[in-house]
Amino acid sequence: MSTESVGWTPTELAARPLVDRLHGWVTTVDHKRLGILYILYAIVFLVVGGVEAVVMRIQLAQPHNDFVSPQVFNQMFTMHGTTMIFFVAMPIVFGFANYLVPLMIGARDMAFPRLNAFSFWLTAFGGLLLYFSFVGGYGLYGAGTAPDVGWFAYAPLTSKTFSPGHSTDFWTLSLLVAGIGSIGGAVNLIATILCLRCPGMTLGRMPLLVWLNLTVAGLVLLVISPLTAAQMMLMIDRYLGGHFFDTQAGGSAVIWMHFFWVFGHPEVYVLVIPAFAFASEIIPVFSRKAIFGYPVMVAATVGIGFISMAVWAHHLFTIGMSAAANTFFVLSTMAIAVPTGIKIFNWLATMWGGKIHFRTPMLFCVAFLFQFLIAGLTGVMLASAPLDWQLGGSYFVVAHFHYVIVGGILFCLFAAFYYWFPKMSGRMYLERLGKLHFWLFVVGFHLTFDFMHIPGLLGMPRRIYTYEPGRGWDVWNLIVTVGVVFQVVGILVFVGNLLWSLLHGERAGSDPWDAWTLEWSTTSPPPEYNFATVPVVKSRRPLWDVKHPEDPDWRYEPGGAG
Amino acid sequence: MSTTAVAAPAGGLRWELPSPGKVGMFALIAAESAIFVIFVVAYLFYLGKSLTGPTPAILHTPVLITVCLLSSSLTIHAAVAALRKGKGGLFAGAWLLTFVLGAIFLGGTAREWGHLIRVEGLWIDTNLFGTTYYSLVGLHAFHVTAGLLLLGTVAVFALLGKVRREHAEPVDILSLYWHFVDVVWVVVFTVVYVIGR
Repeated sequence: MSTESVGWTPTELAARPLVDRLHGWVTTVDHKRLGILYILYAIVFLVVGGVEAVVMRIQLAQPHNDFVSPQVFNQMFTMHGTTMIFFVAMPIVFGFANYLVPLMIGARDMAFPRLNAFSFWLTAFGGLLLYFSFVGGYGLYGAGTAPDVGWFAYAPLTSKTFSPGHSTDFWTLSLLVAGIGSIGGAVNLIATILCLRCPGMTLGRMPLLVWLNLTVAGLVLLVISPLTAAQMMLMIDRYLGGHFFDTQAGGSAVIWMHFFWVFGHPEVYVLVIPAFAFASEIIPVFSRKAIFGYPVMVAATVGIGFISMAVWAHHLFTIGMSAAANTFFVLSTMAIAVPTGIKIFNWLATMWGGKIHFRTPMLFCVAFLFQFLIAGLTGVMLASAPLDWQLGGSYFVVAHFHYVIVGGILFCLFAAFYYWFPKMSGRMYLERLGKLHFWLFVVGFHLTFDFMHIPGLLGMPRRIYTYEPGRGWDVWNLIVTVGVVFQVVGILVFVGNLLWSLLHGERAGSDPWDAWTLEWSTTSPPPEYNFATVPVVKSRRPLWDVKHPEDPDWRYEPGGAG
Repeated sequence: MSTTAVAAPAGGLRWELPSPGKVGMFALIAAESAIFVIFVVAYLFYLGKSLTGPTPAILHTPVLITVCLLSSSLTIHAAVAALRKGKGGLFAGAWLLTFVLGAIFLGGTAREWGHLIRVEGLWIDTNLFGTTYYSLVGLHAFHVTAGLLLLGTVAVFALLGKVRREHAEPVDILSLYWHFVDVVWVVVFTVVYVIGR
């Protein structure tokens, strides 16, 4: 296996004029560059969505605050949710998959490089369309700017009567466009993983990250499409006078909820499974042990994928369903905790008896384990219909899903940033700043989201722009807002660390973590063609085999020479 | 790329993987199927829920165009088989026939809609039946149109004599899409004209 770069000279690249280099980025079909574009694009929107969250938290820091108007507050929570799910989490997931999957399976590029670029630009324009609503959303009636119907846009609020102007249309169109981009990305990932693996890379030897991304891509095909279909129906209602969600003509507002959550709940797993994928790569490397229970991890992931498509109606417990439907969705929702629990035990078993190195990526992964466990436990609480009747629509739910998305997904994403930053940039980040970021974020996260459960239990509803003093919510809301300060400083440290390290960081070399998957066998950053010779794989840890010829992994595989 | 590296594993490893084009097309078909499922569910859910206006009783079963569309699956299969054997003339003939059958289907749908709009007074904003009917049948017709554009592009190249045996793979992948459009029509036909009336 070649570990030497051939024909790639950074000084030559840097010497080209800026316009040339930008032109190169805009017209690129290289999976690594598109992956980085996805990630940078997502970071920009992470900051935008974060600012919206800060605005909401300032408004709610004390009762009867008038930092923003109720109208602006509605726009803030709508844009925050839509941005974070569709234009931060999804592009980051696709960005890392784009960058890592071909490298991990020993391929030259994705199966369809031009489709790859097309998918990225669709996603990018979707985000721009959403934010164009701030200036272009007035429409004919002069009503509204940004969408303000909530990120799940329940009918009949989205009808022409209640949402005049074009703000809702910007929301619908941007999700339609970005959704088509996601489907293109998923088609590409599936074709790449099934058809472009290097010799010896059987399905049973693929790194877990690749397996998990294959599951996610399959899930995207089946769950983004219902959202696309529902958006088409909404467009038909709004532009052609259709009656899908028009209750006055016999239409149903509840069927929109079903269509939305058939997408919406599996979407959580579309986002969290890649987080599992990062943890499954990072925890073994920093525990100096192979992953525990590889086949069970694969089975649990695919199991989560299937069960996740049969749990959506737990979002409708509070709407009122038959006893049979309630029972089914209670049981299916609780059942999904089983494969998820298996995964947590497997990560713990990987660490057990290992020689653990607490570098920044590992710190984030360990915090993820604890936080994701708590998020799962409040999930089981909400899965119980009677408790959900009490807590549904309260801040308890908001705290629960932010525990999943921030405490679970975002922590793993930070781990992934620090872990693969040396590969993508060729330079090491600053460990001290990384750890500072970690501790700031842990403190900020727990201040904000632990204490957010309490006003929820005390009855504080979601989406209110202010509240009366003296209901026992005041101090909790203040603590929640104080936590945001720590998170904002943490993010600034993170971005500053990456920017400084990009320019001045120590050279990383091809394999700074002494890791075992194929992406570490090529240079950092990898040349455009990835591998000078096609790698050949004989076990799940091809680089271990190369580094330890006296004790290779393939000896212990079923049917191996040992 | 180096071939020595590929030959390295012991035991003369045979390394064959599926074609990316076919896998990609099947993935696209899975996504498209999910879109159709939602529209079919909406159609079935809203059956008999219209408060005013025409009901599905006004529909006439479109037997002729259904036969045309289903036959086109056979002709496109014959076309691809002919191309694999290198019979360019037979390929071009069967391919053009497929295109014509698809076009007849689309024309038939247009006639049916014309009748419904002018005679029966049913349009997409008339009532729930109109909304769900035109959406579901229209979504399928849209896919037929996209298929015809693709078929037409290949037909132009076939008439210019540019489609040869080595193009069998991409042409076969396109035929998968056309078969999918046919299968969807079987579902839509059953839902709208058999169950729904």
